[in-house]
Amino acid sequence: MKDVSYIHRPNRPLAVYAILYLGFLYLPVLFLPLFSFNDATTIAFPLKGFTLRWYEQLAEIPALHGALLNSLKVGAVTAVVSTFLGIFAAKAVTRYTAPGLRPAMAIIMVPLVIPEVILGTALLILVVQLGMELSLVSITVGHIIVTVPFAVAMLISRFEGFDKSMEEASSDLGENAWWTFWRVTFPLVFPGILASLLVTFTISFDEFIMAFFLSGTETTLPVYMWSQLRFPARLPSVLALGALILLASFFVVTFAEWIRRRGVSRSQPGL
Amino acid sequence: MSARAPRTESGPRRFAGFRALLSRSDAVRGYVLISPTFIVMTALMVAPVAMAVVYSLWTQSYLDIDKTLTLSNYAEATTERMYRVLLGRSLMISGLVTLVTVGLAYPMAYFVAFHVKRNKLIWLIMITVPFWTSYLLRVFAWKIILGFNGVVNSGLKGLGLIDQPLQFLLYNPTSVVITLAHAWAAFAILPIYVSLEKIDRSLLEAATDLGDGPVRRFLRVTLPLSLPGIIAASLIIFIPTVGDYVTPALVGGAEGRMIANIIQAQFGKANNWPLGAAIAISTMAVVTVISLAYVWLTRKATERIA
Amino acid sequence: MTDDTPFIAIDRVSKSFGPVVAVDDVTISIRRGEFFSLLGPSGCGKTTLLRMISGFETPTAGEIHIDGNPMSAVLPHERPTNMVFQNYAIFPHLDVRGNIAYGLRKHRLSKAEVDQRVGDTLDMVKLSGFENRRATQLSGGQRQRVALARALIMRPKVLLLDEPLAALDKKLRENMQLELRSLQQSVGITFILVTHDQEEALTMSDRIAVMSEGRVEQIASPGELYESPNCRNVASFIGVMNFIDGTVRGLQGKFAIVETAALGQLKAPVAGPFVVPDAPVVVGVRPEKLLLSDCSPEGGANGIAGTVTNAAYYGESTYFYVDVEGCEEPFIVSTKNDLRDTSRQKPPPGRIWMSWRDESMVLLPPE
Repeated sequence: MKDVSYIHRPNRPLAVYAILYLGFLYLPVLFLPLFSFNDATTIAFPLKGFTLRWYEQLAEIPALHGALLNSLKVGAVTAVVSTFLGIFAAKAVTRYTAPGLRPAMAIIMVPLVIPEVILGTALLILVVQLGMELSLVSITVGHIIVTVPFAVAMLISRFEGFDKSMEEASSDLGENAWWTFWRVTFPLVFPGILASLLVTFTISFDEFIMAFFLSGTETTLPVYMWSQLRFPARLPSVLALGALILLASFFVVTFAEWIRRRGVSRSQPGL
Repeated sequence: MSARAPRTESGPRRFAGFRALLSRSDAVRGYVLISPTFIVMTALMVAPVAMAVVYSLWTQSYLDIDKTLTLSNYAEATTERMYRVLLGRSLMISGLVTLVTVGLAYPMAYFVAFHVKRNKLIWLIMITVPFWTSYLLRVFAWKIILGFNGVVNSGLKGLGLIDQPLQFLLYNPTSVVITLAHAWAAFAILPIYVSLEKIDRSLLEAATDLGDGPVRRFLRVTLPLSLPGIIAASLIIFIPTVGDYVTPALVGGAEGRMIANIIQAQFGKANNWPLGAAIAISTMAVVTVISLAYVWLTRKATERIA
Repeated sequence: MTDDTPFIAIDRVSKSFGPVVAVDDVTISIRRGEFFSLLGPSGCGKTTLLRMISGFETPTAGEIHIDGNPMSAVLPHERPTNMVFQNYAIFPHLDVRGNIAYGLRKHRLSKAEVDQRVGDTLDMVKLSGFENRRATQLSGGQRQRVALARALIMRPKVLLLDEPLAALDKKLRENMQLELRSLQQSVGITFILVTHDQEEALTMSDRIAVMSEGRVEQIASPGELYESPNCRNVASFIGVMNFIDGTVRGLQGKFAIVETAALGQLKAPVAGPFVVPDAPVVVGVRPEKLLLSDCSPEGGANGIAGTVTNAAYYGESTYFYVDVEGCEEPFIVSTKNDLRDTSRQKPPPGRIWMSWRDESMVLLPPE
């Protein structure tokens, strides 16, 4: 403990609190996988026995497979577009100072502080008024609005993690802006870009409200699950599906967070 | 030498053109770079919201939309008791959620910022990961836990502590608050953590050196310096939760219904889109006013402290 | 090595950031093959001037020529300059070889040629065998050498160095000063160094421009700057100088007779056109030009008595602070500690005498 300074000396009650808090964060969610293996249609203790039949049932529902495919499509497009937009904004705001850049940035981040119900219904009205069909496209547009602020926030912390003089050095050594981006900027922010792609994909994959308002005949997985919640008999298989989604999201996001936060110095903690 | 190049603003610079302008002015490059994102995002937000505003001024007459501009929807949205009650309840619940979430999150953020040394990365990942995963499923988990035949009730019954399931667990404002406090936890921890992490450790040592004990040091240095994080966390929780739909729909019941449920109803069963738009716009206006007032008040308060 | 044609001509260059004027109407000409330093306190505009030469900043007014070509329309990556950045800006995702070969992409060299040039350049900066080290595995001094090699391999017409030694500790810094100097002489490239460290500038440069508040105060060789500063600013920024206010009474050949309140009449070399009868002037004397003794100097040398109030011991020398009646500021006298004698740590008791030669004095214009 010799290396622990006065300010950092251990605080046991606080540590206990932190662990309890983590428990509060994780435990509720763990009931989903727990009951998904329970051999009973009602979700209640005591557990009745172990079964995989709820998982087996999932394979037999074509509507679910369609929804899964839709979610993957929407998520992929959303991830690419919002990360692409995020790169521009993050680079602009971390590399240049000009009046108006900060306010422009604030406007880009606005969706973080607008209730999704309002954005969702407003988009719904617009789509219908323009005489367009509700489709996966309208869902994707809604998801892009929601994910861009997250992409920007993640990429900013990565862009801030290296010095502007790196890019100047490249320019000084004879590379123009295009080559400087590919030889210096891109490799250095790559972890941020990858993390942004993965996280925005996951957000879109899991997003419900926008999809709920904006889906037409084709829908995404969360909306499909929502529709199944009304039928008590379907509940165990919804839990099985939910458990799978949670597991997949957990791994994707843990990986994304790991590459994103690795190497970002302590002085730029970022979101 | 001076004959060759008189002091001049133009001269060879007339070569300029767009490329030179780009390389020359940081401001111009910044604007060019941010504009794709800015334009797309503004268009995607302004167009729908503007359309919704227009729509809210129209009226629904059975299956048709009457396109005469009128404020009657706003009159209904602001005078009808049910909408006022629901908006008031939404604001109350969100305020409570914000208070509880930020209050619970602060010690956690403090712990990670000041007391975790080696495994900071792991802690941060563990805090962040749940909140990137399905919101719907996290809320649904609470329905399972608090439900009539849920985890708590069947567990307590199994232990012989109760005979009848506890009815008060689910379908009320409290269950909504608990669920939201859980769902939004990471949104509170991260901004507070960031603001704590930015505090120069020598400031804390200076406060100690000048005679402050741990409590006074916290109140006089740490807390004021982490205020930006607290404000950010509050807004980022308060605003979206006012308009939350999933949680009240799943765990709120009749008593826990919130404004978003009634907005959704106008777009669904009630099929009165103009009224729905008017309620949505009014909600947004009220939330914006409250948020601005909150930011202004906290800023005033910090100025007073300083 | 040097000739007299201006190789880099900075012609009435100004730069303002909004209302702040960072560089104010600066004119400098630098010769081919010269080691030239921009010296000044932080915020004096020296780094801004260097960044205008490299192209990262654009002059608000004026023009910079390199080898006869105007630079205002030339982008940074097209300029015949290369830079050693203050923090070295070593690319963290590349190894040493990748960093040094970075700028060679356009030269379309074979791998063998690249290896050859990287190896030669590493030899030059004494870093052979480090090709495959990651940037994160290098010490401060090694990073500095990589930054230097990365720039030199481009064979620039001008090498720009932005406080390249500031991040190194004292011993390493002194070694690198000598090395940089001999490296510059062997490659024959024009070096422009920005520094706030006067010793660094004095030991390395052929000529130095002293800057203050965006303007150039004096451009001269290190010896000239030290022995014949042209104003109080330069005199006190480079080394230490004692100042005495006075008025010119008359001229005697190369000398001026100056009347001072505290020291009576002094005879100092004329330094410029501002030395005319009745003009107010400042007389300056460097601390090491003052001699301390127990008794009044002989033979009409300048002398004055005082008491030592303080001593600053530097090991090889001691600075004594001498109070003289009629002078507000104490005189600073530097003595070489040429005997193994610890008594020089403390002020000697009683009255002592300072003496100096007429030629040791410098006349400066008043503020």
